[in-house]
Amino acid sequence: MAATSPALLFPSPSSTSSPPSSARVEAVVLFNVCDSYVRRPDQADRVIGTLLGSLLPDGTVHVRNSYVVPHSESADQVAIDIEYHHNMYASHHKVNPKEVIVGWFSTGFGVSGGSTLIHDFYSREVQNPIHLTVDTGFTRGEASIKAYISSNLSLGDRHLAAQFQEIPLDLKMIEAEKAGFEILKSTLVEKLPNDLEGMESSMEKLYVLIDEIYKYVDDVVEGRVAPDNRIGRLISDSVASMPKLTPAAFDKLFNDRIQDNLALVYLSSITRTQISIAEKLNTAAQVL
Amino acid sequence: MANPAAPGGARSFLQAVSTVTEEAPTPLRVVQMEGLAVLKIIKHCEEFAPALVTGQLLGLDVGSVLEVTNCFPFPIREEDDEADADGANYQLEMMRCLREVNVDNNTIGWYQSCLLGSFQTVELIETFMNYQESIRRCVCIVYDPSRSSQGVLALKALKLTDSFMDLYRNNGLTGEKLREKKLSWVDIFEEIPIKVSNSALVSAFMKELEPESPVTQCDFDRLKLSTAPFMERNLEFLIGCMDDLSSEQNKFQYYYRNVSRQQSQQQAWLQKRRQENMARKAAGEEPLPEEDPSNPIFKPIPEPSRLEGYLVTNQISSYCNHINGVAGQNFNRLYLMKALHED
Repeated sequence: MAATSPALLFPSPSSTSSPPSSARVEAVVLFNVCDSYVRRPDQADRVIGTLLGSLLPDGTVHVRNSYVVPHSESADQVAIDIEYHHNMYASHHKVNPKEVIVGWFSTGFGVSGGSTLIHDFYSREVQNPIHLTVDTGFTRGEASIKAYISSNLSLGDRHLAAQFQEIPLDLKMIEAEKAGFEILKSTLVEKLPNDLEGMESSMEKLYVLIDEIYKYVDDVVEGRVAPDNRIGRLISDSVASMPKLTPAAFDKLFNDRIQDNLALVYLSSITRTQISIAEKLNTAAQVL
Repeated sequence: MANPAAPGGARSFLQAVSTVTEEAPTPLRVVQMEGLAVLKIIKHCEEFAPALVTGQLLGLDVGSVLEVTNCFPFPIREEDDEADADGANYQLEMMRCLREVNVDNNTIGWYQSCLLGSFQTVELIETFMNYQESIRRCVCIVYDPSRSSQGVLALKALKLTDSFMDLYRNNGLTGEKLREKKLSWVDIFEEIPIKVSNSALVSAFMKELEPESPVTQCDFDRLKLSTAPFMERNLEFLIGCMDDLSSEQNKFQYYYRNVSRQQSQQQAWLQKRRQENMARKAAGEEPLPEEDPSNPIFKPIPEPSRLEGYLVTNQISSYCNHINGVAGQNFNRLYLMKALHED
């Protein structure tokens, strides 16, 4: 067991530099938060952890990684395992030095009482940390993920309170696009799609889209639907994006490409044949 | 006849099942990965591509299913002892930290990125053997960043077949033993189907946050017409492999030539010795022995290992598979283009 070093956290005046204007969160962070919430200790109400990423030049915080930090909360004090936090950060830093601490996450809806103290701790680690909340309890009946920055309210020299201000959050999930949402959305996927199956599903989607456009155009022509100039322009743009080729030129292009591909398939099958013949000959040579 | 036989058959089946579970561990059938592990692997591999990276898989071994519930990346390795010790420390530290937050800290294998599917190397096999020493059942997950730009989730779970491991351990990769075991190059690696599972919580979040969009980036990638660079590199590697294979073949030819030359030398020597012995017999002397271990022509020539050749063949076959797959996709795309153009 690791020695925990509980630390009491008190508010301290934070430094001044321009706070991040918005945040972008990758899917892997969300997955990690959910996973750690599922694996939280028995008595814990929420989990907190560190967000890693980078600050983009336009003031956006790009959150790319995260890890949980054990903590305990009671009515008026919060203890964070600071040693754990530092060890884990050092380990992550070894793998990817470009990812630095940008803030912290917590599960639950909105900002809660202990949050100011934790936020204060993180603002000593990094200037202007962001605070990400993931509502794992679906308290409002919807998935709400919010990002906050904090600013201090003071009157003269007297520190009154910390104010959490929500900043825009972009959940684009570029990495997740690659894996395909199909496998990330459902609870169990029996088999990963291979090249051709993926192609098939894409083709099917394309068919559906084309059919929809046909239907829309027909409806407009026959006066069933009010025409929308914007959609009309989009359709004409995409039709116009087809390069104009004479049939002869197109045929040549098309046939050339087909021939190329056929040649490749031929080459690969001849290679395979060659390999299996070589295999047989080798074994035969050994018998002799 | 069939009816009375049925209960007996069933009993023997049951018996067979019970004996199988007692004697041998159930074979690994499925690798079930959590979405989190998939995303972490993709993130790590993509960030460092084209450099090749590795990491550790954590999870549970449940019957015939190996569950991959989490993973962590290894830092890029430097070639000296200090870094090695550092790496070991890092690994222990990471495991300890993850255990503290209730992550399954049971190593079940590792993952690595590869370039165009060229993962079949001697190092991979050595790593496998190292892991196999400490973990009974381990698996290697290979992710190919270069193929994901084609809209394919190129994840593969691999393990070595038991028969190959036996032979490898006993240095039995010679022609004769391989023939005895009927082990050919296809039997080195075994691919295990991957399932992906997500916790209900994650699935709810994803469904809520990502509305069903009619097209995704993945679809655009799949319908891209320019696959020439990918094909070119595949072919380039294929040609490289062919060269490797022919040099392997040359090694064997050289070996066989040497063996046959040695045999004819032995024959000649034996004949000479017999004639000599006849002469000695005629002269009433003791015959000389018909074997002479000190003579260099009786020293057996070591047979080169077939491992390299097998691995190269494996690579060639995976390149061929890629080429076939992509060419198949290309046909689809081209005909689609033609249809669009005719419209």
